[in-house]
Amino acid sequence: MSKYYQEAIETASREQIKQWQDERLVATVKRVYENVEYYRKKMDEAGVTPDDIKSADDLHKLPFLTKADLRDAYPYGLMAAPLEDCVRIQSTSGTTGKRVVAFYTQHDVDLWEDCCARAIMAVGGTKEDVCQVCYGYGLFTGGPGLNGGSHKVGCLTLPMSSGNTERQLQFMTDLGATILCCTPSYAAYLTESIYEKGLRDQIKLKAGIFGAEAWTEEMRHDIEEKLGIKAYDIYGLTEISGPGVSFECEAQTGMHINEDHFIAEIIDPETGEVLPEGSKGELVFTSITKEAFPLIRYRTRDICVLSREKCPCGRTHVKMSKPMGRSDDMLIIRGVNVFPSQIEMVLLNKGLTSNYQIVVDRANNSDSIEVLVEMTPELFSDTVNELNVKEKEITEALKSVLGIYAKVRIVEPKSIVRSEGKAVRVIDKRNLYKQ
Amino acid sequence: MAINQLSVFVENKKGTILTITRAIANAGVDIRALSVADTQDFGILRLIVSDTEKAKAALHEENCVVSLTQVIAVSVSDVPGGLHQVLEYLAEADINVEYVYAFITVSGKHAYVVLRVEDNDKASELLASKGIELVTEADIQAL
Ligand SMILES: [Zn+2]
Repeated sequence: MSKYYQEAIETASREQIKQWQDERLVATVKRVYENVEYYRKKMDEAGVTPDDIKSADDLHKLPFLTKADLRDAYPYGLMAAPLEDCVRIQSTSGTTGKRVVAFYTQHDVDLWEDCCARAIMAVGGTKEDVCQVCYGYGLFTGGPGLNGGSHKVGCLTLPMSSGNTERQLQFMTDLGATILCCTPSYAAYLTESIYEKGLRDQIKLKAGIFGAEAWTEEMRHDIEEKLGIKAYDIYGLTEISGPGVSFECEAQTGMHINEDHFIAEIIDPETGEVLPEGSKGELVFTSITKEAFPLIRYRTRDICVLSREKCPCGRTHVKMSKPMGRSDDMLIIRGVNVFPSQIEMVLLNKGLTSNYQIVVDRANNSDSIEVLVEMTPELFSDTVNELNVKEKEITEALKSVLGIYAKVRIVEPKSIVRSEGKAVRVIDKRNLYKQ
Repeated sequence: MAINQLSVFVENKKGTILTITRAIANAGVDIRALSVADTQDFGILRLIVSDTEKAKAALHEENCVVSLTQVIAVSVSDVPGGLHQVLEYLAEADINVEYVYAFITVSGKHAYVVLRVEDNDKASELLASKGIELVTEADIQAL
């Protein structure tokens, strides 16, 4: 039984990979220049034409694309295929409440699912396996991506979606799930529940594919030891397809980027300059096989390192480290992207201009987010009831914008500590990024 | 016939009320009555003081959020059922009471009771018509 889903591609020579990248980049750039006004304008402004891009070596000549561009171009501005050829959207939250929507043709969905299938086979998945997917299904890419990959491998797929731990554990034990796909914090939570309910003996899991949020090596070892499994990382962004942009193999020393579909660069987030191999910097992706929504030099804001060291697994595609931080202020809470600016907008819309602070913590393996808001004369009321109502209104407004629950706590004026006169907006107590 | 009450936002943490009482004491203002309504996270401290404006200014200095609320106060005899009678009159007239707290006066013969109701004028008129003695700002000063 092969441990590769597409062996010829996954173990291709570096020359072969380079050739694919050269051809596909040139074709993609030509196609977006001809079909997408947004790209054409951007390239014209930068003084680059498709003729300047003769191989992947010329990638650095092209302008970057950021989340702000995706927002500007919302919804159809970056579409490179006719709408009638699209079959799917997936979506993620944006910085100002406006969501980012990515489009897929059937071909795009297929290639994305191939990437997920590679990830599942890399952790030892075969058609004999029972794959329990408890990432959210719907607009979030986690569920649909792994679900499709699991089908392609031929696993029996349990499309559980997130939540309802009771039911998760029932299916896990009754149907003998062998591969678990979810966020690492949910995996840790399930692990705890398994122990609490004394179900450890009835668990047949052998591997877990845990992504969509940052996690530490300590967490990995803890889950592995308690469940007797191997825990693997997976990486992806909705904008450039979803999970499976890169995935961990048996070596567990970084995630192989599917280089036949994506070209990765590491840049200096300040200057935008491409950094030499092995440097730590911001990860930038260019998708070279997507029909509907190809992204050219998309800045992920994730800080990491690339390595082309030979991998014992036999795969030849470049490996990226776990993200070591962000070059912006995005927080990932229970797998959901949260920007402090979103919270600020909600408060402003509620007429709250006072100082605020976001406190993120992780207790019992679950992320919590608390928003401290300083009391103002406008917000104050003489009755507890009215204050509770106001607190609840803010909580609900936050929930509808962020998509997750954030506890609101009103605090005394001037009680939020300022550092050298500057407000400290975010305190993240989780320490997820160990350098 | 309403009297002034100061309402102050406080967090449920050590030393908060102390800061407030200290500020008022330092301003040379007497606290006539005090009550706290609290939840898990925060509370509202309600004060009847000898000099509302002075106390308010002192609390502003301490960065407190303070609001001035008009409440009514009545004098009830210090006998069983005294307060109950007042509340019953209000209930009969369908006047909603948000909160109530009492303070004993020096004489010990009667208690002053503070009432926060929806409509001060309506409640004052009603209680006066029933022969309940309403406490004035001057009565508070005189304590
Ligand atoms: Zn490998």
